[in-house]
Amino acid sequence: MTTPTTTAAENPAPRDAGSAVLDASGVTMRFGGLTAVRDVNLSVRAGEIVGLIGPNGAGKTTFFNCLTGLYIPTEGTVSYKGTVLPHRSHLVTQAGIARTFQNIRLFANMTVLENVLVGRHTRTHEGLFSALVRGPRFRRAERHSEDRAMELLHFTGLADKRDHLARNLPYGEQRKLEIARALASEPGLLLLDEPTAGMTAVETTATRELVLAIREQGTAVLVIEHDMRFIFNLCDRVAVLVQGQKLLEGTPDVVQNDDRVIAAYLGTPFEGEPGEAEAAEVRAAEEAEARAAEEAEAATTAQAARADQPADAPEGKAD
Amino acid sequence: MTTHHTDTSAHTARAATPAHHSPTVRGPLPLGADPHASRRNGQVLVGAGAVTAFVSTMLPWTWTAEFPGDLTIALYPAGLQLLTLVAAVLTAALLLASAGVRGLRWLTPGGKHSALLLMALASLAVTWYTAGAIAVELGGLVNLEPGMWIGAAGTLLAVIGALALPADLTPETGDAREPGPWARLTHALKAPAPGRPAPLPEWAEILVICASCALGLYVFAYGIEADGGPPFIGFLMISAFGFPALQRTGLPRRLTALTAKHRGVTLAATFVAALLFPITQSNEAYTNIAVSVLIFATVALGLNMVVGLAGILDLGYVAFLGVGAYTAALVSGAETSALGIHVPFWAAVLIGAAVALVFGLVIGFPSLRLHGDYLAIVTLGFGEIFRISVQNLDGDSGPNITNGPNGIPNIPDLEIFGFNLGEPHTLLGFELGRFANYYLLMLLFTAVVVTIFRRSDNSRIGRAWIAIREDETAARAMGVNAFRLKLMAFALGATLAGMAGTVLAHVEFSVNPESYKFVHTAPPNSAFLLIAVILGGMGTVSGPLIGAALLYLIPAKLQFMADYQLLLFGIALVLLMRFRPEGLIADRRKQLEFHETGQLDVPDATAQTTPGLPGIGKTEA
Ligand SMILES: Nc1ncnc2c1ncn2[C@@H]1O[C@H](COP(=O)(O)OP(=O)(O)O)[C@@H](O)[C@H]1O
Ligand SMILES: [Mg+2]
Repeated sequence: MTTPTTTAAENPAPRDAGSAVLDASGVTMRFGGLTAVRDVNLSVRAGEIVGLIGPNGAGKTTFFNCLTGLYIPTEGTVSYKGTVLPHRSHLVTQAGIARTFQNIRLFANMTVLENVLVGRHTRTHEGLFSALVRGPRFRRAERHSEDRAMELLHFTGLADKRDHLARNLPYGEQRKLEIARALASEPGLLLLDEPTAGMTAVETTATRELVLAIREQGTAVLVIEHDMRFIFNLCDRVAVLVQGQKLLEGTPDVVQNDDRVIAAYLGTPFEGEPGEAEAAEVRAAEEAEARAAEEAEAATTAQAARADQPADAPEGKAD
Repeated sequence: MTTHHTDTSAHTARAATPAHHSPTVRGPLPLGADPHASRRNGQVLVGAGAVTAFVSTMLPWTWTAEFPGDLTIALYPAGLQLLTLVAAVLTAALLLASAGVRGLRWLTPGGKHSALLLMALASLAVTWYTAGAIAVELGGLVNLEPGMWIGAAGTLLAVIGALALPADLTPETGDAREPGPWARLTHALKAPAPGRPAPLPEWAEILVICASCALGLYVFAYGIEADGGPPFIGFLMISAFGFPALQRTGLPRRLTALTAKHRGVTLAATFVAALLFPITQSNEAYTNIAVSVLIFATVALGLNMVVGLAGILDLGYVAFLGVGAYTAALVSGAETSALGIHVPFWAAVLIGAAVALVFGLVIGFPSLRLHGDYLAIVTLGFGEIFRISVQNLDGDSGPNITNGPNGIPNIPDLEIFGFNLGEPHTLLGFELGRFANYYLLMLLFTAVVVTIFRRSDNSRIGRAWIAIREDETAARAMGVNAFRLKLMAFALGATLAGMAGTVLAHVEFSVNPESYKFVHTAPPNSAFLLIAVILGGMGTVSGPLIGAALLYLIPAKLQFMADYQLLLFGIALVLLMRFRPEGLIADRRKQLEFHETGQLDVPDATAQTTPGLPGIGKTEA
């Protein structure tokens, strides 16, 4: 594993590496007999970009669902800035954690601007009554929301598409809109579930820039990604999830040189140190697999962007 | 097809057609060696046909006045002849407009020949239907006078001619095969979107809106007044082809842009037109229908909040109308009322709305935890529970509250500010009967519901409702308390229905459990309400109003086919879902959803200039 990286050197150091924004401890999620996530501890500090990697089915999305209250974890607690979060999705967002979905889940028949405005739901408080009365306070709040939303659309480069339907945006822009919508809730922590899946190299680079800019604005980011180069280039810290368990956590340098990670990605049990020849094989295979996974992901996500995947569609679980 | 493009220099910006048709495009039924000859021949035929049809309406169509409408007098078109006459005149106007005649080009900013073809079909349908109806009613073709034959021939000529005209759009390139006749026909019915209009002065725009409202009022009044049987069927037929033809011309889209620009004027003009309706009516029977339509339409609009905005499929909605009606009946001094009290009307409205609200909360609280089909079935169950409970609270099987299956009769008429709504009054020289009084009262309620719908739709709450409809999980992840908001929509919908119910009880003199079924051959019932919303257009204001009007008028006018009514509605609904899944009036969003044209979603500049919250405006023609 010697993917060319320049991680720590290139990325600006986190501004405030002190206080923990997210603290997940002992998170376990069982579906009947299947333990999708087992006793995972993870914390994200303010200003950090943390990566979460692992083979398909490792439980990454499930872990995200546990963090955001879409699933009620069987065991463990999640706290945000020191307060334990309730298992209610909207309260988690209210507290300050926003997310995107692996399978894009925009409000397809709303306009781009409306999508972002929905993201501001927790930061505005106009109820039905004030909507009916339409007093000056209501109008001021609406105008402010719209200004905020437009700022975000400028930030993500979607401003000129404000009145398009979300469903008619090209794939890459739909991903951007999901991020803009999540940012509209002014989160302290942003969870991105495979933000570059199915993207071209150029789009991936743009997404990387976007994530860095988000961090610049003071939002910590926890990102799931399959694209190793993307992760190791971007993150301050990387955690590896294998079969629901956290295998290891550390700087990109440490992680990408860890043999257990390589083995986990290959799906073979790890036995001793691989020799020089073996390592080369491993590298080639790993790259091929990552590419294949990317392509498959692109195909499925683009096709069935809204198809409910079990891991992503916890209907009625949390209420 | 080059002449008419000379006026579109301002329009080409958005027109989906290229500026010049390729010379190979021919109509579905070419008449001539090359496209130009075919086009010329077609125009001649349409012109001749329209003139012939027009002339025929000046001649008698049958010999006896027994056929409804009296079609026997020369130079005096009446009844169904008038419809043919209107269709022939419109066909001729569209022909001239499509040929590029100066002064008429504004008629067809969008499609030209497609609109012409549909209009010719409208005249054909209504004329041939008349011939058939005369033959059937009077027993044989001998009852047709020569005028009828001339009319039939003229309209046929016009259709044949219209079929020879080239299509408005160039076909999709890439398909090398020569398209079949059916494909060419469907292609000929497609029209491009109108271009950007040349700016009109403000007053002219407002005038256009007012004229459109007046026209709408006239069409509605005509529909209500048309005799049941052939005249009404003729009206339906000409509407069935005429409105699509109108749609093809692109004028409705222009109008939509105008109404979006002048929201207040549009609302006021619509309100005034509705207000004028009872004044234009002399017959109590028609105002009776109108007030029932209005109640039904208002309830449908309330249901549209629940179904169209929040996406909650409520199959028991009519129960809330019943709750309101029963509450009003109980507190308004009816002799058989178990409570035996008589509160003023405003109090009855508030009590009715409040009781409906409580019912909404009580039913919504447990059931809104369910989703999709389960929720629909539970609401259906609750609706039936209401009806059956009302039936059983008769003193035998329970306390006597509702008087059981007999209902509560003899609800006294309302008195507001000393006005007895049951008695005729003279207002500004116009005689207003009982139903006209109630119509005006109900119109006030409708205005309230329209305002509530529009304002809540275009707000933080409304956006959250639509987000829930679109994707509940994503909405929750965006911080929307889905359960609370759904309960809010459900309870608000219930309250509005309850409010309408309080008026209904007075209009109908009595309340009866049988009126609040899930399905029934006449409105209001939950199924019809839902159909009105879907047929009219979910999520819009005008859709359910129009849908409800149609759904009320059709059964009322076509009582002779009561046995087949549900079957016919079923067929109509299937056809509608096939050809216009977004309903008669498309929510701007829905329109984009169902008809992918690649660039439809680029909004008009006019739609964007709405102050306040742009981009959330909806089609509210
Ligand atoms: N709602 C659910 N019910 C049952 N099994 C689930 C559910 N959600 C996820 N799983 C299972 O949990 C495992 C982890 O899935 P997921 O979190 O989507 O993996 P990843 O995102 O890492 O690819 C998979 O085996 C998946 O089938
Ligand atoms: Mg996943």
